[in-house]
Amino acid sequence: MKAIVSVKRVVDYNVRIQVKPDGSGVVTDGVKMSMNPFDEIAMEEAVRLKEKGKITEIIAVTIGGAKNEETLRTALAFGATKAIHIKDEGEVQPLTAARALAAVFKKEGASLLIAGKQAIDDDANQTGQMVAALLDIAQATFAGKVDVDGNKATVVREVDAGLETLEVDLPAVITADLRLNEPRYLKLPDIMKAKRIPIEATTLADLGVTAAAAVKTVKTVPPPSRSKGVMVKTVDDLVAALKAKGLA
Amino acid sequence: MPELIQRRDLDFLLHEWLRIETLSRYPRYSGQDRASYDDVIDAATVLAEEQFLPHAAKLDANEPHFDGERVHLIPEVKAALDAYIDGGFLGTAFASEHGGLQLPYTIFQAVSALFTAANIGTAGYLFLTGAAANLLAAHGSPEQRQRYMRPMIEGRWFGTMCLSEPQAGSSLGDIKTRAKPLPDGGYAISGNKMWISGGEHDLSENIVHHVLARIDGAPAGVKGISLFIVPKYRVNADGSLGAKNGVRLMGLNHKMGYRGTTNTALSFGEQGDCVGELVGAPGQGLACMFHMMNEARIGVGLSAVALASAGYRYSLDYAKTRLQGRPASNKNPEAKPVAIIEHSDVRRMLLQQKAYVEGGLALCLYCARLVDEELANPDEQVRADAHLLLDILTPIAKAWPSEFCLEANKLAIQVLGGYGYTRDYPVERLYRDNRLNPIHEGTNGIQGLDLLGRKVLMQNGAALKLLLGRIQASIASARASGDAALTEYADALANAIDAATRTTMTLGAAAAQGKLDLFLANAHLYLEMMGHTVIAWLWLQQAELATKALPSASAADQDYYQGKRWACRYFIRHELPKALRQAELLATLDDTTLNLPIAAL
Repeated sequence: MKAIVSVKRVVDYNVRIQVKPDGSGVVTDGVKMSMNPFDEIAMEEAVRLKEKGKITEIIAVTIGGAKNEETLRTALAFGATKAIHIKDEGEVQPLTAARALAAVFKKEGASLLIAGKQAIDDDANQTGQMVAALLDIAQATFAGKVDVDGNKATVVREVDAGLETLEVDLPAVITADLRLNEPRYLKLPDIMKAKRIPIEATTLADLGVTAAAAVKTVKTVPPPSRSKGVMVKTVDDLVAALKAKGLA
Repeated sequence: MPELIQRRDLDFLLHEWLRIETLSRYPRYSGQDRASYDDVIDAATVLAEEQFLPHAAKLDANEPHFDGERVHLIPEVKAALDAYIDGGFLGTAFASEHGGLQLPYTIFQAVSALFTAANIGTAGYLFLTGAAANLLAAHGSPEQRQRYMRPMIEGRWFGTMCLSEPQAGSSLGDIKTRAKPLPDGGYAISGNKMWISGGEHDLSENIVHHVLARIDGAPAGVKGISLFIVPKYRVNADGSLGAKNGVRLMGLNHKMGYRGTTNTALSFGEQGDCVGELVGAPGQGLACMFHMMNEARIGVGLSAVALASAGYRYSLDYAKTRLQGRPASNKNPEAKPVAIIEHSDVRRMLLQQKAYVEGGLALCLYCARLVDEELANPDEQVRADAHLLLDILTPIAKAWPSEFCLEANKLAIQVLGGYGYTRDYPVERLYRDNRLNPIHEGTNGIQGLDLLGRKVLMQNGAALKLLLGRIQASIASARASGDAALTEYADALANAIDAATRTTMTLGAAAAQGKLDLFLANAHLYLEMMGHTVIAWLWLQQAELATKALPSASAADQDYYQGKRWACRYFIRHELPKALRQAELLATLDDTTLNLPIAAL
């Protein structure tokens, strides 16, 4: 059984994000980039499923420019058995990514797409769901626990009300939440071995996918800086202050 | 917590300056590339921050404890060591045939600096084990490598170096530990060793001690010293562990810093038979040990840099957020206080730290790069030159950072003021940890004697000439840049090396006249003079590179490269003149310390 894991290259979570002066986006020049942390969790889950013998192959897929190859190398060091680089230098919108992943999913005859629930750059939280819709297959998002048994997967989802357990028929899309697992540390021998695994290159055109233009970024602005706090004397004052702001 | 070693600076030194990727032209490193090196450093950064750093203060506060039976350490130590071993880091620089990853020594040093900065007490065990395994890679027989080195590279067994004894440390010629030949070819070891780091613990299945001892009947002095493998547990023919081998922990030393690494007094052969295996030829013990020791000395310098870097980055962060005082020109007592980094005296302390830390880092990585050239360059002449340069730079790489990066730790405390003096902040611990570095692996006094008494004069000054040639080339290049600041720095450095050269000739003449004690009386001063001159040279190179990179640099990189120029300016204007003054003093063959009557003290 094959699993596809989508991995996205994003600004590292430790970096203090800065907005470009012209408001056209955030500064990525000379900024540390790394694999989206939710995708790391997805990778880890796939590797654990493979270690348990539930799946046999893990195909890591990324979409983007030449530098994205580094993210695929990391995926290979984690334990991906194959890596596909969909080369595209432009902006990749969720729908484009979903179309491309759906095409790879079909082409590879995969049974599972395991993805991070969202990427920490645009926080869109859409791609996994769109892939499921495009392929008309089941989806279980925000997974906190995953079990695969034969043609079914049991997924415990983290929802607002608590935990929800779903059973889905495969093929299916599963998106990883933060507490699904704790990704392992990469081992140096695996990092070095990953260098020797060839990466398969393809393009959106090769996959028969047209880029979506559904979303247009109008302007990027930094969040407003926190205004000065007010000291209140009593609890009643606090409640009154909260009510005045419409917060209570 | 700030970045303990600035990644941007590592990238600058490794890639932009040392062009480390070019090592992959050599067969030993073929197939490697910048991405591999970056991934290795990334992996090390994560592990150091998540597994080593969090328990550094706790380990310092809970030093290892010996209950008479066994040594107790907080459990976080073993967890961190296991994560490092599991990640394959012990094998980083070892050859593939020995089960290693055959990465450049320079990359291993960069990685080691990250773990040192995070938590030297825990990381110490790993460096000792790596060095012990390295000794067998160089001098062990194929059987010894299989039997003892492999389990160390796999991290199942740890290693130590047992050189010093209670009565003899710097003067190894006076050691007394005995090795009595046994009929089966082995040796019965008996004696006492002192200051043995990692000498006892339960962190690994076995401990491989490398012990210097005298075979019965061996000549006095260093020529009679041989090297032995003495395991804590005997090793059966199949590699499994046998009975205890008569190595006894006499006690733990209670140290100022570096507390997580047990430091022990050990006795051999007092309780039960203690057997050892000879490594190399009889009488070659010190030669074998010093082969390894040269790399260990670069490691000591780098660890001094790493600890200072942690202090620098921490105090920099603090100075940017701590509000206090107003500029002298602002007389309004109701004006908002400014961050202390606004005060030029605080900036002085930060810039001084930066100049020491980044200068020291450049020196140690430069030396590590020479180790790689010597190891892997197919060109015999390049290898010979690298060897010669390492001869003269190693004592400087050990002593300069351990002297001046310790000074940087002092300044980090000063930036934090009273808070820096408390255990609520890490800067005092970093200072205490670093205070070991001028002492161990050959005191800085010994390094001065080694530099002036041995390395400078050997082969008619060949090493010094080679070094001066490299410095001259950098001076010429900086002058040719047409940049006014670089030209100013190049001229200052040219002056300093002229003075150093004249002084060396004067000292050499005194040695030639047989005035040996006078010649060496100020060897430590000579070491400082050469150290400052070499660091100024490395700063000139960094400033030139930064100047060339500036026009096409991104906004963030503009600041970074300007920082290199400012630090170079500081070092040339504020620090290098000290070397000139020292050169003058040295040239007078001053005998103050030599002829000082003991009663006058």
